[in-house]
Amino acid sequence: MSTTRILVRDVDLPLVEPGRTRLRGGGRMALLTLDNGEDHRRPSVISPETIAELHEVLLAQRERAGRGEIQALGVTGKPYCFAAGADLKRVAEVRTREQALALGRDGHAAYRLLGELGVPSFAFVNGIALGGGLELALACDYRTLSGDVPAVGLPETSLGLVPGWGGSTLLPRLVGVEAAIDIIVDRPAANRPMRPHDAGILDVVDRVLDPADFLASSIEWAGHVLAGQEVPRRAPDGEEEAATILAAARARVEAVWGHTVSPREDGDSRPAQHRALDLIERTRGLDLTRAYALEDEVLADLIMTDEMRSSVYAFNLVTGAKRPQGAPDAALARKVSRVGIVGAGLMAAQIALLVARRLRVPVVMRDIDDERAAAGLGFVAAEVDRSVHRGRLTRDAAERVLASVTATTDLADLAGCDLVIEAVTERLDLKKRVFAEVEEVVDAEAVLATNTSALSVTAMAADLRHPERVVGLHFFNPVAAMPLVEVIRAERTDEASLATAYAVTKALGKSAVGSADRPGFVVNRLLVLLLGRIVGAVERGTPVGVADRALDVLGLPMPPFQLFDLVGPAVGLHVLQSLRAELGEAFPASPGLERIVAERLPIVGEAAAPGLPRRVLPELQEAFGPVDAETALDEAGVRDDVLTALTLEIDRMLAEGVVATPSAIDTAMILGAGWPFHLGGITPYLDRLGYSERLLGRRFLPEGVASLP
Amino acid sequence: MPSSAVSSPPTVAGPELSAEPTRRGRRARRGMLGRPVVLVDGVRTPFGRAREDGLYASTRADDLVVACVRELLRRTEALPPERIGEVAIAATTQSGDQGLTLGRTVALLSGLPEDVPGYAIDRMCAGALTALTQTASQIAVGAIDLAVAGGVEHMGRHTLGADADPNPRFLAERIVDADALVMGATAENLHDHDPRLTKERADAFGVASQQRYAAALAAGRIDEDLVPVGVWSPQGWGLATADEPPRPGTTLEALAGLRTPFRPGGRVTAATSSPLTDGATACVLAAEETAAELGLPVRMRLVSYAFAGVDPRVMGLGPVPATHRALDLAGLTMADIGAIEVNEAFAVQVLAFLDAFGIDDDDPRVNPDGGAIAMGHPLAASGVRLAIQLARRFAADPSIRYGLTTMCVGLGQGATVVWENPHHPEYASVAAVPSTASAPSAEEAQP
Repeated sequence: MSTTRILVRDVDLPLVEPGRTRLRGGGRMALLTLDNGEDHRRPSVISPETIAELHEVLLAQRERAGRGEIQALGVTGKPYCFAAGADLKRVAEVRTREQALALGRDGHAAYRLLGELGVPSFAFVNGIALGGGLELALACDYRTLSGDVPAVGLPETSLGLVPGWGGSTLLPRLVGVEAAIDIIVDRPAANRPMRPHDAGILDVVDRVLDPADFLASSIEWAGHVLAGQEVPRRAPDGEEEAATILAAARARVEAVWGHTVSPREDGDSRPAQHRALDLIERTRGLDLTRAYALEDEVLADLIMTDEMRSSVYAFNLVTGAKRPQGAPDAALARKVSRVGIVGAGLMAAQIALLVARRLRVPVVMRDIDDERAAAGLGFVAAEVDRSVHRGRLTRDAAERVLASVTATTDLADLAGCDLVIEAVTERLDLKKRVFAEVEEVVDAEAVLATNTSALSVTAMAADLRHPERVVGLHFFNPVAAMPLVEVIRAERTDEASLATAYAVTKALGKSAVGSADRPGFVVNRLLVLLLGRIVGAVERGTPVGVADRALDVLGLPMPPFQLFDLVGPAVGLHVLQSLRAELGEAFPASPGLERIVAERLPIVGEAAAPGLPRRVLPELQEAFGPVDAETALDEAGVRDDVLTALTLEIDRMLAEGVVATPSAIDTAMILGAGWPFHLGGITPYLDRLGYSERLLGRRFLPEGVASLP
Repeated sequence: MPSSAVSSPPTVAGPELSAEPTRRGRRARRGMLGRPVVLVDGVRTPFGRAREDGLYASTRADDLVVACVRELLRRTEALPPERIGEVAIAATTQSGDQGLTLGRTVALLSGLPEDVPGYAIDRMCAGALTALTQTASQIAVGAIDLAVAGGVEHMGRHTLGADADPNPRFLAERIVDADALVMGATAENLHDHDPRLTKERADAFGVASQQRYAAALAAGRIDEDLVPVGVWSPQGWGLATADEPPRPGTTLEALAGLRTPFRPGGRVTAATSSPLTDGATACVLAAEETAAELGLPVRMRLVSYAFAGVDPRVMGLGPVPATHRALDLAGLTMADIGAIEVNEAFAVQVLAFLDAFGIDDDDPRVNPDGGAIAMGHPLAASGVRLAIQLARRFAADPSIRYGLTTMCVGLGQGATVVWENPHHPEYASVAAVPSTASAPSAEEAQP
C-alpha cells in the first residue's frame, strides 16, 4: 500500500456579507488532502511518514498564517475516503516501548498544530473517518461531514488499543462523557460505527452537508464561520454527572465482558475498554500537554501487549477472509442460475431465503409432504415480511424474493437446477438416498452440496454416478447473521464443483474457510470438544457453576451451558457422541447430558439484563450427580483441561490436513463461533499461555505474527 | 443557402398579440404565441481550459452541470423543486460522462424529486440555447410551468466530432464542403467571403474581448454568475472559483507572431478564436404567471427566438438570418435592441454579424464584458452563458428595453433569442394583470 501523502492547494474563501455571499474575497484557505494515490478500494491510512509530512506541512502553513497568506486551513481526503486510521501494519511492527511512546507522541505533536495555527482549522470529512482519521478531524477547530459517509468511528478498543492521537481527550469534551463512551467502548464492540444520520452526530461534527457539492458547500460554510457565524457546542458535563456516568459504564463493561484476567499473570487479558474509561476520566479538565502525555502512556502500554498484537492479527484474518486460502481458480466455477434446496425445515428455509435474496435466482424447496413444504414457504414469507416492516427490504424487492422461492413435494421439480443443497435430517442413509434421487433429475454437471455438520461428505457421495460433483457447504445458525461457511472438499470432489461452492459462498456475502472431509470440520469439532470437556469435568464431580465460569476469563461470546442451550442439547449430544465415535475419547461421554436430553431439563436461567450471560441453573447439578470434592476441579483446573484438549485437537487437525494452517482455524473460530480478537481466534492464545510449546514442543505461530516480537 | 430563404419569416400574431392595447387594458406583448416565459435565474461554472492539466481534467462533465442546478435551487429559495416540469441539458458529444440522457441523470444527481423528467439536447454550439427555447416553448403552450435548461461541454474529454462518423455522401455529392467540419476553416472561409473582414479588425476585436473581460472581472461583474466547484486533481482537492481561459494583458503587438493553425498564411489565430473549454451552465425558466404566483425573481422575458441555416462552409454567418427572423417575429428592428450578447466562436464571425446590421466593431451594445474569446466556449453550454450575461446587463441598465443573444452553430446554423428587460419602466408584467378568474366578469361588465 502506498504511503499517504499530504497534498496542499490554496482555495479562495467566500466573502460573506450581510445578505449576500461573494464567491471570492474572503481570503485564502490552504486545503490539505490526504491521498495514498490509490482508488477508493484502498483507503488512505496514516503511517509514521504521513505524520512526519503532516507535521512539516502544518509548520509551513503556520508560518504562512503568520504572514497573513492564509486565513484558514482545511483538511480533507481523496474521493470517498477521509482516512481509515493509523497504519496497523506499522503499529504491529513496533518492537520497544520507546517506539510505542514515540508513535503516540509524534501523532499528538502533528495533530496539536491544527489547533495552534493562528487561523481556524476545518476538517471536511468526505469519506470514511476511523481511528486516527477521525482523531485528525477532532483535532481541527470545526468539522463538516458528507451525508454519504458510511463509517465514522473510533474502533481502537476492538483492536486492544485506545484512541491515542487525541481522541480519548477531545471526544468527551465535544460530545460529553456518555456519548464518548458509546463511541469509544460500546460501538467498537458491536462493530457499529456512526453514520451521518445517527442521533448525536451533530456533536461530533458541526454540519452534515449534501454529498453532491460537499466540498464547495463546506468551504462556503467555513466562510460563514470566519465571518462570525456562531457554532454551538454543548456545555461540558458537570463533575458529579461525569462521575456517575463513568461508574455506570465501568459496571456495564465489567458485567458484559467480565474483568478478563489473564491466567498467565495478574494482568488484564482484555484491558483496552477499562483503560479507555480510565483515560476518559483522567484527562478530564487537563491541559492538552498533560492529557496527551497520559494518552501516550496508555497507548504505549497497550501496543506492548500480546493481546493487541493478536487483535491486529485477527483483524487482518477477518479482512482477508473474503479471499480464502486454498480456493481453486474462480474461473472454474459453474454458473448458477437455479438452486434447489432439499428439505424445508428451519435450516433449509433460511438457506433458501439467503439464496433468493443474495443470488437473486429461482429457488425450489422440496420436502416430503405438502405440510412441511408449506411450512418452509411460510418461514420465508414471515422473514421477508419482517424485513419489510423493519425497512430493510422494499415491497418490490420483497415481492421479487417471494416470487423466486417455490416449494414442492416432487423431486422432479429440481430438474434444471445448477446447484442443489440438501438440508435434511442428519442421517447418512437418508442423505445418500436424497442425492441418488436428485442425480436422476439434474444435469450431470449440476453441483450437489450438503449442509451436514458432522457426517462424511465422501460417504454421502460414494454410490453416486458422479461423486466428483458433491461438496460440503456448512452454514451456521442463524444463517442470516453468521458470516462463515465451511466449504468441504470430499475425497473425490473436483475443482469445478469446489470452485462453484466458493463462488456461491462469496456471492451469498459469506466468508469461506476450506476444510477437509473430517468429522465436525473445523468449528464444530473445537466447539463440541470445548463443551464436551466442560460436561466431562462435571461428570467427574466438578460443580456445574464452577465449570460454567471456568472460561469467563477468555471473553468468549457466552458461557458453555448457554451455548448448549442455544444449539439445543439434543443436537449437542448427538454431535458429541458421533465425534467421540469417530475421533476418540478426547470427546467425553456424558450420561448427565443424555439425561438432560431425555428429560428435557432446562439448562440456563434468564439473563440479569439484556446482553449479560445466562448462567447454568444450579439444579442442573442433579442431572450429573453430586459434586465430588476429591475429583472436582477448580476454575483454573477446568480451564487447563479445556485448553489442553484444544491444543492437542488443533495439532491433530493440522496433522490430518483438515486445514493447512493454524490461521485457517483462527479465521473459522472468529467468524463461525465469534471467538474474540484478543485471543487471535485461539492459536495465538494457546501460544501465549505456553500450551503449544509445553504439549507439542513448538508454537502454532512464530513469535511476532500474533504476539510481541 | 440563399439569403432570400430567410427574408420573409411568417408573422405570428394571435388575438392577444396585436400591437394594440386589449380590452382588458393590458398592453399586448409583441412576440410569439403562448404564455409569456421569463428567465428566473442562471449560473455557470467557472470555465476551464480543456487540457490534461486543466481545471476540470479530473472532474466529470455531468458533475459540472449538477453543481449549476444545485446552485440554482439554493439561490432561488422560492422555487419548489417538485414544480420543475422538465430538465433539458445539452451536450454536443453525448457519450461517456455526457451520455445517458443528461437531463434525466442531472435531475437525479442534483437531488430533484424523481418525478421531475428530463432529456438531452444537441444542436452543437447552440445546445443550451436550444434547451432554453425548447423548454420555453413547453412552458408557453402550457405543458409545464417551470423548467431547468442548460448545457455542458467537457472538451478536454470530448473533442468535437471525435466519435462522429460523417456520411460519405456529404463529400461525394458535395452536400457540404470538406471545411464544414473544421470550425477554424469555416472562420478562414469567412475572411475570404468578404474582403472587409480583415485580420486587423479580428485581432483588434480579440484584444478588446480580453480587455473588456478583464475590466468586467475587476468590477465584480463576472463572479456573481459563477458557482464554485470542488475539483479533484493529482495535486489534491481544489475549488474552481475563476475562469481559467482568459489571457489578460494580451496586446496587439503580441498577436503578430501567432500561428494560423487552420490555414498556412491564414488569418485566424488563437487570439481571435475561442479556446477549447470545459464548463457548464444552467438556468431556470418559468411562465411569467407562475413566477408571479411563487414570487420568483424575473431577470428577463423571452420575446422571440429563431434558428436559421446557412452554407456550412461559412457557418459563422448563421446569426444573421436567425436574428432577422427573431426580430421579425418580435416586431422589432435592430434599432430597438439595446444590448447584444453574441458568441465569439471566432472574432471574424462576430464582425460579419456586425457588418450585416451596420453596427460598429466597438459598439458598446455588443459584448461589453468580453466574450468567448476571453472566457471560453464550452460548445453546448454557451447559449445560457450569453443569456446570463445579458440578464446582468438588463439589471444594471433599466434604460435598455430589448436585448438579444445570438450565436453561430457548426454545420451552418444560427440561433437568436430576443429578450425584454423587466427593469425597463415600460415593461408590462402579466403579474400586474387581474387574475384570469376575475377577468371575464370585468369584461362582461363593460358594454
